[in-house]
Amino acid sequence: MLPDNLKDRPIAAAVEAFDADAITAGKFDRNELTLEISPGKIVSVCGFLKYDQKFVRLSTVTAVDRYPADLRFEVVYHLHSVERNERLRLKCRLPGADPVIESVTSVWRAANWYERETFDMFGIRFLNHPDLRRILMPDDWEGYPLRKDYPITGPRI
Amino acid sequence: MPVELENQAPEQERTTRRNMVLNMGPQHPSTHGVLRLLLELDGEIIMKCQPDIGYLHTGIEKEFEVKPYQHAVTLTDRVDYLAPLSNNLGYCLAVEKLLALDIPPQAQWMRVMLAEFTRLNSHLVWLGTHAIDIGAMSVFLYCFREREEILRIFEMFSGQRMMTSYFRIGGLALEPPRGWQQRVKKFVDVFPSRIDEYENLLTNNPIWIGRTQGVGMFSLEDMLDLGVTGPMLRAAGLKLDARKAAPYTSYEKFDFEVPTRTENDVYSRYLLRVEEMRQSTRIIRQAMDGMPPGPWKADAPHVVLPDREKMKTQMEALIYHFKIVTEGFRVPEGEVYQVIESPRGELGYYVVSDGTKMAYRVHMRTPSFGNLQATPCMVEGTPIADVIAGIGSMDFVLGDTDR
Repeated sequence: MLPDNLKDRPIAAAVEAFDADAITAGKFDRNELTLEISPGKIVSVCGFLKYDQKFVRLSTVTAVDRYPADLRFEVVYHLHSVERNERLRLKCRLPGADPVIESVTSVWRAANWYERETFDMFGIRFLNHPDLRRILMPDDWEGYPLRKDYPITGPRI
Repeated sequence: MPVELENQAPEQERTTRRNMVLNMGPQHPSTHGVLRLLLELDGEIIMKCQPDIGYLHTGIEKEFEVKPYQHAVTLTDRVDYLAPLSNNLGYCLAVEKLLALDIPPQAQWMRVMLAEFTRLNSHLVWLGTHAIDIGAMSVFLYCFREREEILRIFEMFSGQRMMTSYFRIGGLALEPPRGWQQRVKKFVDVFPSRIDEYENLLTNNPIWIGRTQGVGMFSLEDMLDLGVTGPMLRAAGLKLDARKAAPYTSYEKFDFEVPTRTENDVYSRYLLRVEEMRQSTRIIRQAMDGMPPGPWKADAPHVVLPDREKMKTQMEALIYHFKIVTEGFRVPEGEVYQVIESPRGELGYYVVSDGTKMAYRVHMRTPSFGNLQATPCMVEGTPIADVIAGIGSMDFVLGDTDR
């Protein structure tokens, strides 16, 4: 459901018109629009935003760990429309146990490395990703460093 | 059994043609840091390229979560070590947006001036090392002569040549030093003629043209789809520059052009960056001539350290000083994504605050990471000699890529 105060935002209204169930929440704070998207709809919404709403660029994909909340992970997408000179943030909330979401590499190829990084740092799996491997950490690394329950320092060796 | 017989490959394998896999890096001088490229070659032609990064990963994003906001400024220097002030600026702007701070004009103009110096610094290192890669040794020496002067100017302002941390949340770290105008004026008076010198060495040089023209081309659509930003994109004809598209820290008050080219090859990227250096000099001159007087840090006693003088005479100032130094300051809950134009392209700081004195999450959208992702698209199908020219024209910094 789109919050009432966002009804006059053209992008939010367009997404609402495209798929009424897609938006679960949203806010407009400090001149930045955030839409929370239901995780199952992320690929169709991104496709709509790219081809219909001119968001040709995916600026970045990352995540925020809201440990110990139930829906622990927020996957955050920053989109950019060069033509409209606008930016948009999309969010999907995922549970802590086995976080999985569909990859948006089919919409923007740029998502490839960003999703790999998110997988590497948070352990969020992206389905249908062409090459989901660790990117920054060594291949045999255990654990996901940017999770909140991952320690900042290790034992003295 | 004799060893040679044992090692002999089966008949079929010896006669079928196979591609060779070449490991380039991570200690190859032309990769500017520690980039490893796995190249599958058919003769001289690259059939497949697979970049391997992460050798310089330092966990800076994790460090942000345990450092008070002001302390974390020093981390941003170390991300892109050729453009420390651009990173300072992106981070400070993001946190200032969360705090809703008003930055006084002098601090803003000073930020613009020094950010443009950073662009010059970065482009000079790029030009020098790129020319060395392609075989022109002497350009490097010319570029580093001017870069040295820029580093001295940084040192004059901040006491540091490279890891300046000169922009702080709420303004600048120190009062601008006495006599900076003369120093900067001396530089901008002479610098345009120095750019001519570089151009004399390269622009019409047949070897340079032979190595760069028509090399490293790929379409604008691919670039946008793969997340390429900055000079690469502008050399492909798209006028995208955050300084014009979404002006920050009063860039809208400056008169400058965003150069674009359409050839979209290594040579045009070179010409574009040279033109950017001329435009940056223009901005620096305007900032120097029109530097507004007034305070150089925000009027926000809970964030900005008080003047030494006040601290010793006023009780309030002393209390604030004690609080800020021992505890830091709290930042209201929220999240922002601040984009600036770093010398390499779009630099975004995504800062999430939970209302405490340390950031809950900081993500850096670094231009090098985005640009490097396009390497396979650029080099596949080209001869191996063009890889060096191609990746050189991307101007990535591995510290910026791996963070």
